Amino acid sequence: MMTLAEKIIARAAGKNLVRPGEIVTCQVDLAMMHDSGGPRRVDSKLRELGVGIWDPDRVVVVSDHYVPAVDADSAEILSFTRGWVAERGIRHFYDMRGICHVVLQEHGHLRPGMFAVGGDSHSPSGGAVGAFMVGIGATEMAGVLATGEIWIRVPETLRIDLSGALGPCLSSKDVLLHLCATLGMNNDYLCIEYAGEAIADLSMAERLTLCNMAAELGGKTGIVAPDARTAAALAAAGAPNTFDPSWRSDEGAATRHHRVDLSALSPHVAAPHSPANSSPVNDHAGTRIDQAYIGACTGAKLQDLQMAASVLRGHRVASHVRLLIAPASTQTTLQAARDGTLQILTEAGAILLPSGCGACAGLGAGVLAKGEICIASTARNFKGRMGSAESRVYLGSPYTVAASAIKGAIADPREVHA
Amino acid sequence: MIAGRAFVYGDQIDTDVLAPGAYMKRPLAELAQHCLEAVDPNFASNVRRGDVIVAGSGFGIGSSREQAAQALIELGVGCVLAKSFARIFYRNALNLGLPVLVLDAPHAIARGMRVEVDIATGRVAVPALQLDYSAQPIPPFLQALLADGGLIPHLKKRFAARSG
Ligand code: SF4
Repeated sequence: MMTLAEKIIARAAGKNLVRPGEIVTCQVDLAMMHDSGGPRRVDSKLRELGVGIWDPDRVVVVSDHYVPAVDADSAEILSFTRGWVAERGIRHFYDMRGICHVVLQEHGHLRPGMFAVGGDSHSPSGGAVGAFMVGIGATEMAGVLATGEIWIRVPETLRIDLSGALGPCLSSKDVLLHLCATLGMNNDYLCIEYAGEAIADLSMAERLTLCNMAAELGGKTGIVAPDARTAAALAAAGAPNTFDPSWRSDEGAATRHHRVDLSALSPHVAAPHSPANSSPVNDHAGTRIDQAYIGACTGAKLQDLQMAASVLRGHRVASHVRLLIAPASTQTTLQAARDGTLQILTEAGAILLPSGCGACAGLGAGVLAKGEICIASTARNFKGRMGSAESRVYLGSPYTVAASAIKGAIADPREVHA
Repeated sequence: MIAGRAFVYGDQIDTDVLAPGAYMKRPLAELAQHCLEAVDPNFASNVRRGDVIVAGSGFGIGSSREQAAQALIELGVGCVLAKSFARIFYRNALNLGLPVLVLDAPHAIARGMRVEVDIATGRVAVPALQLDYSAQPIPPFLQALLADGGLIPHLKKRFAARSG
């Protein structure tokens, strides 16, 4: 009996069985890199090794961190990335099309049962489609590009059983912030599998947020067993139909367990400077804000924008607040334009920013000055991440960020929405 | 054997503190000058070759940026002892040749104390306390990687052996 993660690792390691704690070498099915940690960091190492890329068709490169260029340094990084993919014969290259974790799934690169690595700490996002995907650094990426393999310690699985249904104005971000507070951020080396009767109700976008923020829980990765929703999303993304019902944890496979009753949750906000400083929104209600930011892979997918729009419809952003919205991808922008979401957002006073990491990583438009307070739908609020080391960032769901933008202070979205 | 002065920090020293985003586009030498400044403004100017960082849990949590480890190497840090490490940081550090050891036992190491670390066995000697602590030794195959100077020199050796 094995968990889903163990099955994928065993397959990639060419073994029948693996056990937590065991160290194995896996063949990599897909390697993803972005402009920040990718080509510009791996190139010199590959040259030093004097070898080519083991399989350019298994490599996906996404320019999302420094887009669009804001100065000569970032322009150089983007230009280098373009030249590098051309020179190395990498066909799967997305230049300014959106944030890597979202783009990868929109274009059907990830499929259930894959063993994937990404040059970014939020690579656990890949678990949303039932792939096992871990984040690695640039040197390790150079090793993968050179050899097509990587060593891994088989993680123990922490199974989070979700039951009940989310109430109005609640989302997977609230689930995660609640988990950061209850489980802490040191769930080292665990694969966090989101399961239980409520998982079937959660959209692929919500699953992406859950898996993405397994990184905040300190986990090695996050994963959701593929189901009918996964199959539909893969078909929509044009991925070959590889749906295989055996990609799930065996009943009784050894795991740790944690239960969350979604119906008992209230909207959560994480106070500066850690996602683990999270508690129900009422603990922070009334904290005056300068900026509200809806962006990032965890917080600006189509469904996230729709959540914000459902709160902002017919309202105006408070006069002292700037509401900045950076849709997660160009496809997201297109869909939000078509379905009217963008109109609601802009009529409420939101300012649209380019698709990319932007202020989430403190790199692009929307960074904060000394003493400023922001509430953001991003995944992290470490000190100085979004600009000045003396700025303060609160994390919340797109509903909560939108409600706070209207009130000019942190607010419970259920009160604004009503 | 690594020996140097201890720089002691708490839990969750994250990658934004080790390699602040604002300097990520700048050359490593410049980025390194800002390493840890959010928690210890004079770290970069005080630290000397061989010094040892002693920290709490979750050291290196956050992004996958390996500049977090590179900045420490650039400044000459000889080794990091922490209660626990974020896994990407742990791998990055070893891949770049920076020894990192898990020291999860309670200890009385204070800033400035001389610390001697035996990478092979995990023994941590603190003369001022007249005490030895045991850190978890690095797994043997990773020690081999470290001995080669990190992943790239290690792979180079492997490729050379293959073609030779
Ligand atoms: S949007 Fe933020 S969390 Fe997502 S990949 Fe970019 S920097 Fe990382």
